[in-house]
Amino acid sequence: MVQTSDFIEMKMPAKPEYVGVVRLTVSGVANRLGYTYDDIEDIKIAVAEACTNVVNHAYEDGEKDAFMRVTCGVYDNRLELMVADKGGDTDVDAFKNGKGPIKKDQPIEELKEGGLGLFLIETLMDKVEISGDSGVVIVMTKFLQRDGVGHNDSGISTEAPKQ
Amino acid sequence: MNLKIDLQEGKKESVLYLDGEVDVYTAPNLKESLYPLAEESGKKVIVDLKNVNYIDSTGLGIFIGALKATDKSNSKLVIRGVDARVKRLFEITGLNEVMDIVSDQREEV
Repeated sequence: MVQTSDFIEMKMPAKPEYVGVVRLTVSGVANRLGYTYDDIEDIKIAVAEACTNVVNHAYEDGEKDAFMRVTCGVYDNRLELMVADKGGDTDVDAFKNGKGPIKKDQPIEELKEGGLGLFLIETLMDKVEISGDSGVVIVMTKFLQRDGVGHNDSGISTEAPKQ
Repeated sequence: MNLKIDLQEGKKESVLYLDGEVDVYTAPNLKESLYPLAEESGKKVIVDLKNVNYIDSTGLGIFIGALKATDKSNSKLVIRGVDARVKRLFEITGLNEVMDIVSDQREEV
């Protein structure tokens, strides 16, 4: 079976103002692939969380060559997004820990402002891999749901349009 | 990719109207507007999200900080105008368990 794939690559300065640019671009790619509105929103949040991590943690303030590299792998059945930085050695295990949702009975003064980003990525995407070498690399995959029996042979959706 | 912030300040109640996107770029402005309100004692601070079309963990983190501040100052934080998408985000993160969240009235018909 031949698997077609396209790649889109972006290299952006690791600055807050470019996270929205990445988000919009990835949203456009996901839209082109036919993801649902909700899936596109999930993908937007996940990629923005990964970029936000780079902006906030990867580099020292004022560091030269502070970039985030975002790659979109476009496949028949999925979108593979990679967000990578060159922020140097990172303790990936420490990075992976300390995430999770807020617990109901947690005292308010003990709540943490951070740590929800990675948790959201793992919740909103279907597959997430985090590795590190000369920086953190997050690869996240969202599969394209072809709404089960939604497409007949002519390629026209048999599903009734949503209200 | 901007966030417009409008404040309607009353004696007992202040409403912060947000319009746009809350992310790592716009969050510092939100923090600057919201935290001083949350630190005032005995107030109800309402954040209106009706016109917010994007929010992520950076925004949620600011609300957590504001919640801690209102808790300390004997004030109350209310997040309102939350649509189905944003509501889901609050639910996934468990924030709905600790925060006063009011859905968008338009959705409750």
